[in-house]
Amino acid sequence: MAGNREFFNRRLHSLLGVIPIGVFIVQHLIVNHFATEGVESFNKAANFMGTLPFRIVLETVVIYLPLLFHAIYGLYIAFTAKNNVSRFGFFRNWMFMLQRVSGVITLIFIAWHVWETRIAAAFGAEVNFQMMHDILSSPIMFAFYVIGIISAIFHFANGLWSFMVSWGITQSPRSQTIATYFTMVVFVLLSIVAVQTLLAFV
Amino acid sequence: MAETKTVKFIIQRQDNENSAPYEEEFEVPYRPGMNVISALMEVRRNPVNAKGQATSPITWDMNCLEEVCGACSMIINGKPRQSCSALVDQLEQPIRLAPMRTFPVVRDLQVDRSRMFDALKRVKAWIPIDGTYDLGPGPRMPENKRQWAYELSKCMTCGVCLEACPNVNSKSSFIGPQPLSQVRLFNAHPTGEMNKAERLETIMGEGGLTNCGNSQNCVQSCPKGIPLTTSIAALNRETTFQAFRNFFGSDRS
Repeated sequence: MAGNREFFNRRLHSLLGVIPIGVFIVQHLIVNHFATEGVESFNKAANFMGTLPFRIVLETVVIYLPLLFHAIYGLYIAFTAKNNVSRFGFFRNWMFMLQRVSGVITLIFIAWHVWETRIAAAFGAEVNFQMMHDILSSPIMFAFYVIGIISAIFHFANGLWSFMVSWGITQSPRSQTIATYFTMVVFVLLSIVAVQTLLAFV
Repeated sequence: MAETKTVKFIIQRQDNENSAPYEEEFEVPYRPGMNVISALMEVRRNPVNAKGQATSPITWDMNCLEEVCGACSMIINGKPRQSCSALVDQLEQPIRLAPMRTFPVVRDLQVDRSRMFDALKRVKAWIPIDGTYDLGPGPRMPENKRQWAYELSKCMTCGVCLEACPNVNSKSSFIGPQPLSQVRLFNAHPTGEMNKAERLETIMGEGGLTNCGNSQNCVQSCPKGIPLTTSIAALNRETTFQAFRNFFGSDRS
């Protein structure tokens, strides 16, 4: 096992992207979808999530620490690649490049999103429908949220594909092709959920 | 009267390891069925560039001339491939030649491919059978396994997969797809399998398997059609189990 840190870090990076971060993002998108059922319903759901017992422990262990590791190590991975889609315009090479681009966009978005909601909440702001309505009533912020969330969903869906390769779950070309279709369906469905939610806030 | 048909080449040249690259154009008389190497040989016979100036002949590597040795790989019209099997009739003109810059350039189109041979030594891409007495015949290999293993054995260490890989570059220590697929080949062999764990542990080390970012350019570019990404995914599975065996301890070798 000696000198094995790279293998461990890479596999940890791959695992954390799905468990718990991937699970969290799906949960987050679905709970927020309560916004489509009205102000009351969203506030009730947000209040339930916000008042879970041991919330700060849950947030730290399930979200903050894994996200921090995934983001920092991911940046390192993204910047050690030398993208070459202009010379090798294969589908998977595009996905490889988009995975890195969407990762960086997602990181910027999440930093902003956490600042605007969680950090603001720590300083006394209340996280509710009104807060999101105020943020998203600006067209620029609305566009930023659409781009950020779609990037995050793409990064998750395509990351699911590479997770399955990285752990040796999908091995044959056929299984990898089927996984491509499956993950792109995940991408489309979650994107619909997210955009419906965003539209409900404005 | 009879004007001879010519083929135009734009060749990226470089005088030594450290000098700056520059382009030089050549007009080579056309011959039916010619390939890139025969054109380069023509330049060597008559080293005069398109402007009519005398120049130094171009340096490049070649050996078998039938796409099995891998020595003559270079970038031809933007794609890494073997210059022996690059037929002029099938190429868009002017034909642009450049060295594979993933490797250190020795001179002109000649590159130093040592890193791939070093990687093969590192992963022990061979079957150790030497000893002080005759060990007798080894275990037999099932025919269906032999068939896919044969595909992996077609690797000619040409370097095209490393050139195509976005993760093989000066910022990364990634050894690339070529030695990884050889690990799968030698681990598939009934005798080579006896050193399976050792090879897996090597590719679980620095610059190893996990540096693959699944761009899958390698499998698309391999001139021998080797299922490199299948090998990588198979090794991902093997190393997952190996990691658990290493961590918890196991009596399986």
